[in-house]
Amino acid sequence: MIEEQFASGDSLVHGLDPRMKLITAFTYAAVVALSSEFPALLAALAVSLILITLARLPMRKVLYRLVVVNGLILFLWIFLPFTYQGEAWLTFGPLQATREGIVFAIQITVKCNAILLALIALLATTPIVTLGHALGKLRVPDTLIQLLLFTYRYIHVIFQEYDRLRNAMRTRGFVPRTNTHTYRSYAYLVGMLLVRSYDRAERIHKAMLCRGFRGKYHTLSQFSVTRGDVAYVMIMVSVLLWMVLIQWKAIR
Amino acid sequence: MEGNTLIINLKDISFSYAPDTPVLDKLSFQLHQGERIGLVGPNGSGKTTFFYLVMGLLRPCSGTIEVFGNRVQAENDFRDVRKRIGLLFQDADDQLFSPTVLEDVAFGPLNLGKSPREARNIAMATLTKLGLLGFEDRITYRLSGGEKRLVSLATVLAMEPEVLLLDEPTNGLDEETEAKITEILKGLDLSCVFISHNLDFLLATTDKLYAMAHGKILMDEELVPHSHVHTHRFGRLPHEHAS
Repeated sequence: MIEEQFASGDSLVHGLDPRMKLITAFTYAAVVALSSEFPALLAALAVSLILITLARLPMRKVLYRLVVVNGLILFLWIFLPFTYQGEAWLTFGPLQATREGIVFAIQITVKCNAILLALIALLATTPIVTLGHALGKLRVPDTLIQLLLFTYRYIHVIFQEYDRLRNAMRTRGFVPRTNTHTYRSYAYLVGMLLVRSYDRAERIHKAMLCRGFRGKYHTLSQFSVTRGDVAYVMIMVSVLLWMVLIQWKAIR
Repeated sequence: MEGNTLIINLKDISFSYAPDTPVLDKLSFQLHQGERIGLVGPNGSGKTTFFYLVMGLLRPCSGTIEVFGNRVQAENDFRDVRKRIGLLFQDADDQLFSPTVLEDVAFGPLNLGKSPREARNIAMATLTKLGLLGFEDRITYRLSGGEKRLVSLATVLAMEPEVLLLDEPTNGLDEETEAKITEILKGLDLSCVFISHNLDFLLATTDKLYAMAHGKILMDEELVPHSHVHTHRFGRLPHEHAS
């Protein structure tokens, strides 16, 4: 299930205004993704590491998330150096790894890890509900935010329903095999889940109407920008500007 | 207030989900100020449908609905009804859709145009009244069944309704939570209609018992509530008897 492992805490990063976190996280991710100069990328990695340290998150769990993503990046390392055009650098039998390919793979690895660490530090430290409300204050359309919050709320209920149906199948001796009976039973299961989810959505809407819902979602949360937030945004903006500048110079 | 003001007046209401199988057939029903009515009836007899019609969640095929002396027909009319009548749904998971308890309880007051501060105060006061202080930051889907029911009741009571419609409020609850809900409901000074299969609960919380059958509510043949001692095996275990 969705567990918000990092959402609670009282670190500096947890205390930042969620709107500021959202804005800086997305700009940061965009700038890092578009950079290719190593000084800028290494600086980004350093910024991410500082943020994650300040957030005082359990390192084991953070590392576990990194391992998952880097598992995918490993595949890039298998293919990129040998398929990228450029000057041959290493030779394994008939295969030649190019210098440009290796540089490119390193860039991607650094970028991915820097962005991921920053997102963990900034976004995973905010409860999803708060993120939803912050997005609302940032004028993201209500419909999108409701989709986010409702998905978060009901994915658990739908999963429970799935579990109940699956157990009911198992207690009657169902064992998945590669045959039509299995495919048909799974199709029924999925179909039943869809129908039940639809019915539930109807009932939820009715319950909301009974409590005066008229399409507008009001929230209790009020955010305020503190001096700490201003300082944080200024630091982030200067780092980002510096990265953009380096990239600009390199392109010219 | 006067003791005999008519709050809900349903006349000759018919309703069906599919043609040829009417759920409600010329049903008539009246609720007066201060009345506490228990409603029993077999599964599928249209009890929940009856509540949905009063709240305007379904529209009758024929018949008239008057609430607080006004005829209600369109969605707009029912918006006012919903401000003054609170409906507790059978499944608490339908009612609790906000991630945290406090937000869910504050949802109704916010919709009624209260400021976030007022809504928060109302929500906290309601939670306190129901003995749920300390639950405000709990995640709704992680509550136990009994807690969910109590919080759903809080979300309805936070709207400060004049009438309370409860759909099987004690269904699936343990003895302790049932006793707690019974105590809370006995202490409320509201007009109400409770649907339940649990006669003991209805006896404790309502004054009148109506039965639903064949698409009608039998008001003139009022059931007579009575209690008697009886013995059977496993009588020590908490149990219910079919009515």
